[in-house]
Amino acid sequence: MKKIYQILIVLTVLALIPFYSNSQCKSFAKKVCKLELTPYIHDGNYNAAILTEGEDAELYKTFYAGQNYRIYICGSDALPEIEFQVLDVNRNVLYDNRKNDYSRVWDFKLQASQQLIISLRVKNSEGESEELVSGCVAIMFGIKEEAD
Amino acid sequence: MNIKLLHRRALYFLACIIAFGIITGCASDKKKGKDSDDLVTIDSLEIDEQLIQDVKTVKEIFYSLPSPLETAMILKQAGAKYNEELLNPTDNVSRYVTNKSMALNLGIYTTDLSYASLFDQTQATINYMNAAKKMAEGLGILNAIDEDVIERLEANINNRDVIMDIISETIMNSSSFFEENDRQALSTIVLVGGWVEGLYIATNLVGADADFNNNELINRIIDQKLTLSTVISLLDESSDNEDVQAVMTNVNELKAIFEKVEITTSKIEPVTDEETNITTLKSETTISMSPATYNELKEKVKVIRSNYIL
Repeated sequence: MKKIYQILIVLTVLALIPFYSNSQCKSFAKKVCKLELTPYIHDGNYNAAILTEGEDAELYKTFYAGQNYRIYICGSDALPEIEFQVLDVNRNVLYDNRKNDYSRVWDFKLQASQQLIISLRVKNSEGESEELVSGCVAIMFGIKEEAD
Repeated sequence: MNIKLLHRRALYFLACIIAFGIITGCASDKKKGKDSDDLVTIDSLEIDEQLIQDVKTVKEIFYSLPSPLETAMILKQAGAKYNEELLNPTDNVSRYVTNKSMALNLGIYTTDLSYASLFDQTQATINYMNAAKKMAEGLGILNAIDEDVIERLEANINNRDVIMDIISETIMNSSSFFEENDRQALSTIVLVGGWVEGLYIATNLVGADADFNNNELINRIIDQKLTLSTVISLLDESSDNEDVQAVMTNVNELKAIFEKVEITTSKIEPVTDEETNITTLKSETTISMSPATYNELKEKVKVIRSNYIL
């Protein structure tokens, strides 16, 4: 009977991990990531997920002429480097952070409104660790009015 | 009550928690799989089959619509003026009793709130924050807009930066609440409500004598053709939800009109200013919309929005 309890407790903890992780991710995005957007104003949208090293994500969004934008890719400290690219709808690369020392911030504006794709990938850890690292990754957008 | 019975009840309770966790975990995985299937809609962006295959391997896909705050900023940047008569009166809050109407009007009131605050309309800002609060409460969004938020807003009513930050935080609280509670459909409806409100305000602010070839507000309205495909992809993710299906019908009506609008863009060239480190995405766009199509769009947006505000 004691063994059954132990197994059930382990399974219970495992089953509750996703809820805990989502809540942690929101708190992380609010308390840590949002600050990095200053002096831009966070648009308020919440785009965050738990990613494991080697996993990727894509975000589709229209960006408008006349606005100044900041993209900030925010990842938990435990995660390895995050690669991110900004692509047009034909997947031509407009920005690649690997050419900018894995910078997590990109400021830009547009002459004409465009739909763009933000593509990111959590790199694999270097070394021979057998454990895969997971963590929260948030894609944050800041906006700023064009100065007159 | 004997010990055996207590054990059995404890085991039953634990088994229920595990079953719930496993079921919701599976549902979450299923959603991710469904994201991939829904990528067919990206076809409308003229992306080739190979590209769709590439995207199918992506772990997470996000479709991001302009938030109410961004919509208001786009309007202001395009030269919009403030007209309170265009906003959904806050007295209407009592009309919204279903989840669908509360979600739509949470988006609508948040757009109105952002629009009012960007034009320094202090009393309207407080009124619309209270209206949005009522919608959020009705939807069970705990702490998205609590008394503390209203008090902070009132204390900083003349500080636009703080107000923007408060609005941004309330939008994030709502969207993350829906995400955490697996209520993606409502989150999408909120965003579509806000998007339609932005279109309604914009189409009603364009003067009758506006120059169709040189009007920033008309250009931003035309740009919504680009956003439309994201709206549809987002709605597709919750297409089994009845309320989403109803909203999708409206969006498809708008799509039929936007199909008469032409947008062609040249290749984008990124140019970075070394001093500011800001990149400009240079491109030239040709857009074409006839006055008749514009009027058709304006009328359709008006009808849809009237149905939303009841």
